[in-house]
Amino acid sequence: MRGLSHRLHRFDVKHMPYVLIAPFFILFAIFGLFPLIFNGVVALRTWRLDDPAQDGWAGLANFERLLTDEDFGNALYNTFGIFVLSTVPQLLLALCVAFLLNRRLRGQTWFRVSMLLPYITPLTASTLVFLVVFGRDTGVANWVLSVVGVDAIDWRAGKLQSWVAIATMVNWKWIGYNALLYLSAMQTIPRDIYEASALDGATAWKQLWRITVPMILPVVIFTVVLSTIGGLQLFTEPMLLDSNPASASGGSNGEWQTIAQLIYKVGWKNLNLGYAAAMSWALFLIIVVVAVVNTVLTNRLGGGKR
Amino acid sequence: MSTTTDTRVANPPGADPGEAAPRRKVKPSMSGRAPQDTPAGKWTYLLLGLTFLLSIYPIYWMFVIATSTDAALAEIPPKFLPGGEFMKNLDEVFSLQDVYFAESLVNSLIVSTVVTVSVLFFCSVAGFAFAKLRFRGSRILMVMVVLTLTVPNQLGIVALYILMGYLPGEGGWNGSLLAVIVPGLVSAFGVFYMRQFILGAVPDELIESGRVDGATTMRIYWSIVLPAVRPALAVLGLLTFVGSWNDFQWPLITLGGTDYPTSMVALFDLASGNYVLYRRVLAGAFVATVPLIILLFVGGRQIVRGIMEGAVKS
Repeated sequence: MRGLSHRLHRFDVKHMPYVLIAPFFILFAIFGLFPLIFNGVVALRTWRLDDPAQDGWAGLANFERLLTDEDFGNALYNTFGIFVLSTVPQLLLALCVAFLLNRRLRGQTWFRVSMLLPYITPLTASTLVFLVVFGRDTGVANWVLSVVGVDAIDWRAGKLQSWVAIATMVNWKWIGYNALLYLSAMQTIPRDIYEASALDGATAWKQLWRITVPMILPVVIFTVVLSTIGGLQLFTEPMLLDSNPASASGGSNGEWQTIAQLIYKVGWKNLNLGYAAAMSWALFLIIVVVAVVNTVLTNRLGGGKR
Repeated sequence: MSTTTDTRVANPPGADPGEAAPRRKVKPSMSGRAPQDTPAGKWTYLLLGLTFLLSIYPIYWMFVIATSTDAALAEIPPKFLPGGEFMKNLDEVFSLQDVYFAESLVNSLIVSTVVTVSVLFFCSVAGFAFAKLRFRGSRILMVMVVLTLTVPNQLGIVALYILMGYLPGEGGWNGSLLAVIVPGLVSAFGVFYMRQFILGAVPDELIESGRVDGATTMRIYWSIVLPAVRPALAVLGLLTFVGSWNDFQWPLITLGGTDYPTSMVALFDLASGNYVLYRRVLAGAFVATVPLIILLFVGGRQIVRGIMEGAVKS
């Protein structure tokens, strides 16, 4: 009996840790890692959903096709346009809101929680609301414009206006969330730094740009990376802005079709999974490059070293 | 909420050093104060109030249309007060044959609940192992967990779909709730988050004394670790539930066009087709939103805390 309990004890100490982490690694290996690698294989094949028999080696044909694919070029252009229109105002406004929240407030918790209303609202639901808000004839957006004397805009008729509509949805959803991230970093800044700078006569505005922003730079970079990853993968908003969402075409002439949407269309509407996989790889590469560039840029602009 | 004592005891990774240090006395002169000690002025409240109105308006507008007739959409200026047609609109949504709205709510509830419970369990045991147990390779394995956090999940979506087709069962897992549930059962963020929290919340001596008393690893997890990490479980659980409920792209790909949509996919179906009526669409959207608004109302504090702690950690 002693031998058995001794052995059990040894097992418990030596092997139990692996048992505890095993579920994560096993499930991740199957449903996370394997698809990533397998995706590379699929991209090199002519994998069709409607006709599995056609499956065969394609070499780099899918990637070559990408280079001259006008739809892909158009989707890339749209994705970047929407990305810029949504990320830059989003993070700047989030900074402003965080600045407002970073005061001694009555009802502080209440204000913070209320900032998360857009974040918690299902993206499909909020996008459907904005679909109505951006209606051409009777939408709220056009009504607001008419109050300030601007002519009604057909939000789905061109690139710029549809991008603005989508960027508005993205900004609405993420400003409060990012503001909380900034706020939490702002509150870790030691108080004496402010006190010392106040003695030197710095105004609140100067303090914001000379102390607050540089001190929260790591979190700013984190949000830049997060919004790059999210912004370049936009799917739900462009899908549901369409009057016929199931078409996945992003407007009658692909005015606002994003890459993620095109991947869905190529893979599950045109049933060409091999080509869709190649596009996924291209998208991944683009995300990595943009994330790195943005990180470096933000670091420079924010006054960080290197 | 007694934040000070909470953070003292638990000392989660995001604990605010400014809070932990004895609070400075606020100086009488305005100029010397840090922003967070400066009382907010009128303008701050006004602008925050405006931000709040902009945040809630689309949700409120959703409710206005959901409770109105078709004519409401054509009103200029836009209708401001809700109407009395909510039940009628909702009834129409529920009786649409090819949308399966009622079933979709049940499906979403099943998916989100199973995923949340599973993430809480698997991530807390793994986080416990990484934070408090010694084993070979723990460091490198933890680095792998962190690396997986950075990979955009869309990259593998085509291959995941093909993989699902080969799994056991008639026609594979595509089109069944399993395809949405199983990949979500664990999360790298969850492991990372629980590890960070357990590192600070559970003193090593407590675990040692458990060992001396002859407690097994699982016993220690159950009676020492679990009670200490309840706050973190609440945060992770809420974030996971919300994320799972709102997930759209993968459920659309694997469940789209079947009789078993999640509520997000059912909303998509509701907005597609030739007879789209927005009072119906938004009535459905409102119903799918309400559970999360309730969650925010009940657990908003925890959600805010989770998001803010996550920021400082990274």
